[in-house]
Amino acid sequence: MSDVYDRVKRIVVERLGVEEAEVTNEANFKDDLGADSLDVVELVMELEDEFDLEISDEDAEKITTVGEVVNYIQSHA
Amino acid sequence: MAQWDLTGKTALVTGASRGIGRAIAIALAEAGADVAVNYAGSEAAAAETAKAIVALGRRAILVQANVGKAAEFDAMVQTTLESFGKLDILVNNAGITRDNLIMRMKEEEFDAVIETNLKGVFNGIKAVTRPMMKQRAGRIINISSVVGVLGNAGQANYVAAKAGVIGLTKSAARELSSRGITVNAVAPGFIETDMTDKLSPELREGMLKDIPLGRMGKPEEIASAVLYLASDAAAYMTGQTIHVDGGMYM
Repeated sequence: MSDVYDRVKRIVVERLGVEEAEVTNEANFKDDLGADSLDVVELVMELEDEFDLEISDEDAEKITTVGEVVNYIQSHA
Repeated sequence: MAQWDLTGKTALVTGASRGIGRAIAIALAEAGADVAVNYAGSEAAAAETAKAIVALGRRAILVQANVGKAAEFDAMVQTTLESFGKLDILVNNAGITRDNLIMRMKEEEFDAVIETNLKGVFNGIKAVTRPMMKQRAGRIINISSVVGVLGNAGQANYVAAKAGVIGLTKSAARELSSRGITVNAVAPGFIETDMTDKLSPELREGMLKDIPLGRMGKPEEIASAVLYLASDAAAYMTGQTIHVDGGMYM
């Protein structure tokens, strides 16, 4: 659990240039972390590589917060 | 001209078996790029293009695909990435014609041209977006046509597709600019190729009157504009259409 969360957090911090403390479970990529739609696409691409899984466009569109990403990865990895 | 040097770059050129596509593939190789040569049906002609590239001391691979089919374009980009390790330049050149007056044009004729000439460009842009975004760099060059801005009787399908390519180029340029990817178009006028060889002598005569420079263009004269857009010399240019048509459109 914490492992996935830490890895997601590291990628989000690097990709979006935000502070670690901001990357909470509830943090919304667009509203709280300042990501634009392309940032989210890139984030999804990087997570796919990191966790060696494919996130479909349909699923990717539903993911809006850090917690949702972590849940998605835990249930699909 | 170090700015025009493409050493270490890799390119994919669609419709590179003949005509303008072949000239583009060879021009990029002359500037130092390795080139994936796409063809739909003319394998022997595509092999000739590849041979010319290898003779220049560059790597070339042959990749068959109907650009109008997204899955085929995706597979072609994968093959290119596996062979070259990266993809820096995409030239969407593949095109077909099915000329007819609107009242005689069959639905299939309209659809076939839109599928290859317009959707094929979309498929290409979409297929390379992921690798180019990861690289944070990339050059996409789409081949439009002078008739895309002037219109042409008997070519409603072709003109609609080529005008569409200009709008598609601008949208893609806006979407991808923040990732270091530029998207531009080149709009050739009447160029000496198999495609224009099919035109009747009367039509050719009529066309020459409308060309201020008084002659048809050569494939190499389109290739040099593409080379410019692919090179560092054009780093500050995106969403543009360069008209290389002897002055037909001005």
